[in-house]
Amino acid sequence: MLEQVKDFASHFFVTGDPLIYGADVSIVVVSLAIIFVLTYFKRWGWLWREWLTTVDHKRIGIMYLIAALLMLFRGGVDGLLMRTQLALPNLHFLEAEHYDQIFTTHGTIMILFMAMPFIFALFNIVVPLQIGARDVAFPYLNAISFWLFFFGALLLNISFVIGGSPDAGWVSYPPLAELGFDPGPGENFYLLAILISGIGSVATGINFMATILKMRAPGMTLMRMPMFTWSVLVTSMIIIFAFPALTVALALLFIDRLVGAHFFTLTGGGDPMQFVNLFWIWGHPEVYIVILPAFGVFSEVVATFSRKRLFGYSAMVASLVLIGIVSYLVWVHHFFTMGASADVNTFFAIASMVIAIPTGVKIFNWLFTMYKGRIRMTMPMLWTIAFVPCFAIGGATGVMLAVAPADYQYHNSYFLIAHFHQVLIGGVVFGMLAGMYYWWPKMFGFKLDERIGRWAFWFFNIGFYVCFMPQYALGFMGMTRRMYTYPEGLGWGPLNFISTIGAYMMGIGFIILVWDIVYSIRYGERDLTGDPWDGRTLEWSLPSPAPHYNFARIPVVTGRDAWWIMKYQMKPEERPDLGPIRPIHMPKNSGRPFIMGVAFFVSGFGFVFNWFVPAIAGLVVVVLCLILRSFEYDAEYYIPVHEIEETEAALGRL
Amino acid sequence: MSTHSFTSRLLRLAVPGVLALFLTAGCSPEQFVMLDPAGPVAQTQLRLIIISAILVLIVVIPVILLLAYIVYRYRDKPDNDASYEPEWSESPKLEAVWWGIPIVIIAALGVVTAKETFALTRPPVSNAKPMTIEVVSLDWKWLFLYPDQHIATVNEVHIPVGTPVQFVLTSDAPMNSFWVPQLGGQEYTMPGMAMGLWLQADQAGDYLGRGANFTGTGFAHNTFHVIAQPSDAFNGWVQQVQSENHPLTVEVYDQLAKPGLAQTMTFSSFPDTLFHDVVQKNGGMSMPMNEEAWTSGRTSSASSSGQGMSGMDMNH
Amino acid sequence: MSVAVHPNPSHGPQGAAVETEHGHEHDNGSLYVLGFWLFIIQDLILFSCLFATYLVMQGRTAGGPTPKELFDVPGFSWETFLLLTSSFTCGLATFQLRRGKAASTIGWLVVTVLLGLGFVGLEANEFVTNALEGATMQRSGFLSAFYTLVGTHGCHVSLGIGWVILLMIQLARRGVTPVTFRKVFIWSIYWHFLDIVWVFIYTAVYLNGLAR
Repeated sequence: MLEQVKDFASHFFVTGDPLIYGADVSIVVVSLAIIFVLTYFKRWGWLWREWLTTVDHKRIGIMYLIAALLMLFRGGVDGLLMRTQLALPNLHFLEAEHYDQIFTTHGTIMILFMAMPFIFALFNIVVPLQIGARDVAFPYLNAISFWLFFFGALLLNISFVIGGSPDAGWVSYPPLAELGFDPGPGENFYLLAILISGIGSVATGINFMATILKMRAPGMTLMRMPMFTWSVLVTSMIIIFAFPALTVALALLFIDRLVGAHFFTLTGGGDPMQFVNLFWIWGHPEVYIVILPAFGVFSEVVATFSRKRLFGYSAMVASLVLIGIVSYLVWVHHFFTMGASADVNTFFAIASMVIAIPTGVKIFNWLFTMYKGRIRMTMPMLWTIAFVPCFAIGGATGVMLAVAPADYQYHNSYFLIAHFHQVLIGGVVFGMLAGMYYWWPKMFGFKLDERIGRWAFWFFNIGFYVCFMPQYALGFMGMTRRMYTYPEGLGWGPLNFISTIGAYMMGIGFIILVWDIVYSIRYGERDLTGDPWDGRTLEWSLPSPAPHYNFARIPVVTGRDAWWIMKYQMKPEERPDLGPIRPIHMPKNSGRPFIMGVAFFVSGFGFVFNWFVPAIAGLVVVVLCLILRSFEYDAEYYIPVHEIEETEAALGRL
Repeated sequence: MSTHSFTSRLLRLAVPGVLALFLTAGCSPEQFVMLDPAGPVAQTQLRLIIISAILVLIVVIPVILLLAYIVYRYRDKPDNDASYEPEWSESPKLEAVWWGIPIVIIAALGVVTAKETFALTRPPVSNAKPMTIEVVSLDWKWLFLYPDQHIATVNEVHIPVGTPVQFVLTSDAPMNSFWVPQLGGQEYTMPGMAMGLWLQADQAGDYLGRGANFTGTGFAHNTFHVIAQPSDAFNGWVQQVQSENHPLTVEVYDQLAKPGLAQTMTFSSFPDTLFHDVVQKNGGMSMPMNEEAWTSGRTSSASSSGQGMSGMDMNH
Repeated sequence: MSVAVHPNPSHGPQGAAVETEHGHEHDNGSLYVLGFWLFIIQDLILFSCLFATYLVMQGRTAGGPTPKELFDVPGFSWETFLLLTSSFTCGLATFQLRRGKAASTIGWLVVTVLLGLGFVGLEANEFVTNALEGATMQRSGFLSAFYTLVGTHGCHVSLGIGWVILLMIQLARRGVTPVTFRKVFIWSIYWHFLDIVWVFIYTAVYLNGLAR
C-alpha cells in the first residue's frame, strides 16, 4: 500500500530537480501566506463579495491585469532560465528535457496567458467607459470568461510541479505531440488549459463586439468612436473568426491522445499537416488579436500627449479593418518550407507583405499626429515613442521573412526568434505597458511614479536591444531555435552571452516596474480630477476610479474626442440636456462564474490524468450552473436615485 | 561570379556598423554561414535577403529620422516656437504619399519574390547531370540513400562539386527540417511525404547541416556534414564505400530508427525499396499521388515543391 | 410584469422585449439576439474547420471501411427527414410564440423535441452498429473525422433538446413574456442553424461519400 502511494506520488509530483523543489516550497509558502493574511485581516468575505463574485467590468479588468503581470513574471523567468542556459556553449544548467519544457511554457504563457489577459484587461477597463456604457453587453458571461481564463492558466501552471510540463513547443506539432512520442501528462495540460481558456476568449470576443455595436452612448456613431474602441471591435471580430480553428486543432489532437483516434498520427491515415494548417489559421490572426489593441492604445496616447487630434482617423480605421481581413490570408507563411507549391507560396508571401502597407500607414499617421503638436514626455508617451522604431525594425524584418525563398533560410533560425520578439515585445508589451500607465489612474485613482517608471523603461528598452539584436546575427550564423545547448567553435558564444545580459536587463526593468507599482500605491500622485492627462475621450469625464455604475447620466456625444469637445469647445448653453438622474439597472453579483471556473478546472485536471470521475463530475457541475442560470429571473437590480445622488455628491460631481 | 561579389560587398556596406560590433564581439565573418554562400541556391537567397533589406530600409530609416526630428521639434516646452495646430488632422496629399510608397516597395519586392520562388523549384543551371539523394530523418540522425550509387550513409553526405543535387526528403520520426545554410534554405522532412529540395555546391568544402525543426531531446545534436568534393574524389569515395561490404539491412535500419544519437556511418548497399517503404509506412499508403511524386523525384524532373502538394492532395 | 407581447411578427423579438416602463437605456432583447448571432458565427467556423478536416481525411481509410461501405442509405435518409421536419415544427412553434400562445408553442416544441430525439436515436444506432462491425474511430483517419464531425453535430442537437426542455418549463410557468419570448426565439435560431449544418453533412459527407 505504502509502496503504491510512493510510486503514485513520484509520478504525480515532478521530482528530481532543485528548481522544482524550490517552486514547490515557494508555492506552499505563498499559498499559506495568502491564507494567513486573508484570515488574519478577516478578508475572506471581502474577497468573495467584492472580487470573486463581481460582474463589474472594471474589477474584472483589474483581475485580468494582475493575472497578466503574474504571467509576465512567470514567462519572463522561463525566458531568463533559457538565456542562462544559452549564455555559454556546452552549459549544463538545464538538461534537454527541462529546457524543452521551459521554452514550451514560455511561449504558451506569453501568448495565451500573458498577452491575451493583458489585452482583455484593457478591453474591460476602457471600452465601456470610452463608449459611455454602464457595463459590457453580458456582464455575467464576462465573469465566466475571466474565470475560465484564470483556471485555464492555473491548470497550465501547476503542470510545473504536478505531472510535468508540456515539452513539444508552444505550437505542439504532431506527431511529436502525439502519445507515441510524448506519453506524459504535460501535453494534456497544454491542450486542456488552452481549450478551457479559449472558451473564455471567444466569449470575450462576442461580448465586446456586441457591447461596441449596441451600447454606445447616443450620438457616438461608428466613425466617432475612439480609436482604441475601434481596435477592440476589429480584434473581437478576429477572435470570433479565428479561435474556433484553434479549438478544433487542439480538440482533435486531444481526441487522438485520449481515445486513440488518427487525425494527426503517423499511421492509421493521420495527417499531421492538417494540424499545422488549423493551428496557423488561428495562429496568424492571433498575432493581430494581440497587436491591434496595442495599436489602439498608441492612437489614444499619441493624441492625448501631443495635445492634438489623431491624424488621419479614417485611414486609421481603414487600416485596422484591412489588417483584420488580410490576417486570415497569410497563415501559410509559417510553413513555406513544408512543401507547398510555388504558386501557393507566392500568394501567401505577397499577402504577408501586403499587411505591411496598412501597418506602415498607421506609423506615419502616428508620426503626423505628433507633428505640429505639443509632446509631453510622460510614461505612456515614452513607451509609445519607443515602440515606433522598435516596431518599424520588427515589421521590416517581417517583410524580409515574407520573401518566401529567403524564408527557406530564416525559417526556424534565431532571425525569426528576434523578429517575432521584436514585434511582440516592441508592439504588444510596449503597448500594454503604455496602456497600463495611461489608464492606471482611471483604475486606481493614482498615477504611477514617473521617475521610477523611467528607470524601468530604460532598463527594459536597452535590455531589449541588447537581448534581441544579437539574435538576428545568430540567425545569420545558422543557430536554430529550441536548441538547449550548442558546441564551441561556431562563433555563437559571444553573441549569446550579450543576449543573455540583455535579458537580465529586461528582468531588472520588470522588477523596477513592480517596484514602481508598490511605491505608487503609497506615494503615487492622487488623481482627484478624474482627468489627470488632459484626456480627450469619455473615460476622462468620470471620477477616478469610476463609480460602479460608471455614468450617473449617459452622455450625449457630438463628435470625435467627445470629452475634449465638452471641455474646451462647447459653451455651457450648448450642452445637451441629459435630464434628471434615473434609477440605474445593474446586474447582480454571482458566485456561479467562479464555481464554473473551478468545475472546469476539476474536469480538466481529471482529463489530464484520464481520471474520468472528476472529469465527468466537473462537467456535471458546469451543466448544473447553466441550468440554474436559465431559471434565474432576478439577476438584476436597480440602484435608487438617492443612492446615485449620494455617490455622486461624495465624488464632488453634483 | 560578379553578382556574388557585388552582393557581398553591398551587404558589408549596408551593415558595416552592426558587423563591426559583432566582429569586436569575437565572431569572424565566415561564421555568418547564411551570408557566406557556397552554391547558387544560397546565393540567390542571399541576394533576396539583401534586396529586401534595402527596400525595407527605404521606409525604416526615414521613419526613425522623422520620429527623432518630430519628438525634438515639437516637445512641450514653454519656449518652443514651433507651430502648434491641434485641429490639423487630415491631409489627402500626405496620406497618398505614405499609402503610395509602401505599395510601390511591396510591389517591387513581390515581383522579385514570385520570380525566385518559381525559379528555385527548378534545378540550378549546370553542365553536370543532376543527381538524386534520398534523405530520411530519424530520431536523431540523418540517413542518406544514394539510389544510383546504391550506397547509404548516416550523418554525413558526400556530393560532387558543381552538380545539382535533388534531396528527396521524408521522415520516419516527428517532422524535421533539412538545412545546410551555406548551400541553401531548408525544407521539411515530413512523415508519409516525399518532398524535393535542389541544392548545389560550387566550392569544395565541409558544410554543416542541421535538423532545424524541434524533434525532442536529441534535437540540439541532430547535425550532419555535407562534404562537397570534385567529381573524381567523389567517385573514388563512392567506390571505396561500395567495396566495404557493410550493407544496410532492414534489421540495421530498424536499430537505426530507434531514438538516440549516432556517429557517421557508411553502408555499401541498402534495400532498393527502403525509401519507398518508409514513405508508405507513415501514411503514404492512402496517398495515391505519392508514389508518382516519389518516382518523379528520382528522375529529377519534377518541380521540387510541387511534389509536396501533390502528396497532400487527396481528391484524386 | 405587465408587458404586452407585440402581436405583429414583423417586429420579432425586438418589438417584444423592450421594457419601456423601466426606462432601459438599451434594448436588451436585440442585444441578446445579436450576441447569439455572433456565437452562431463562431460555431459555423468551428464546423467549417471540422468539415475541412473531414474532406482532407475522407480518403485516408488506412485499409478500413470506405465511406461507400459504411454509409447506410435508409438510415441517414430517415435522420435527414426527421431533422428537417423538426425544423418545420420549430417554425410552427415560433409562429405560435409570436401570437403569444404558450400552450400551443409548448405543443409544437414537444413535437420538435420528439423528432429531435428520433434523430439522435437513429444517429446513435448508426454509430453503435458501425462500431460493432469494427468501424470505430480508432480504425482510420477517415473514421476519426467522420465520428467527430457528425458526432459534434449530434452533441449540438442533444444539447438543443435539453435546452428547450428547460425553456418549455419556463413557458409553462410564466407564459409568453419578453424574456421567455427572447429565450425561445434564440433557441429557434440555434435549431435552424443545426438544420443547415446537417444539410451540409448530408451532402458533403453522405452523398459525396456514396458518389466517390
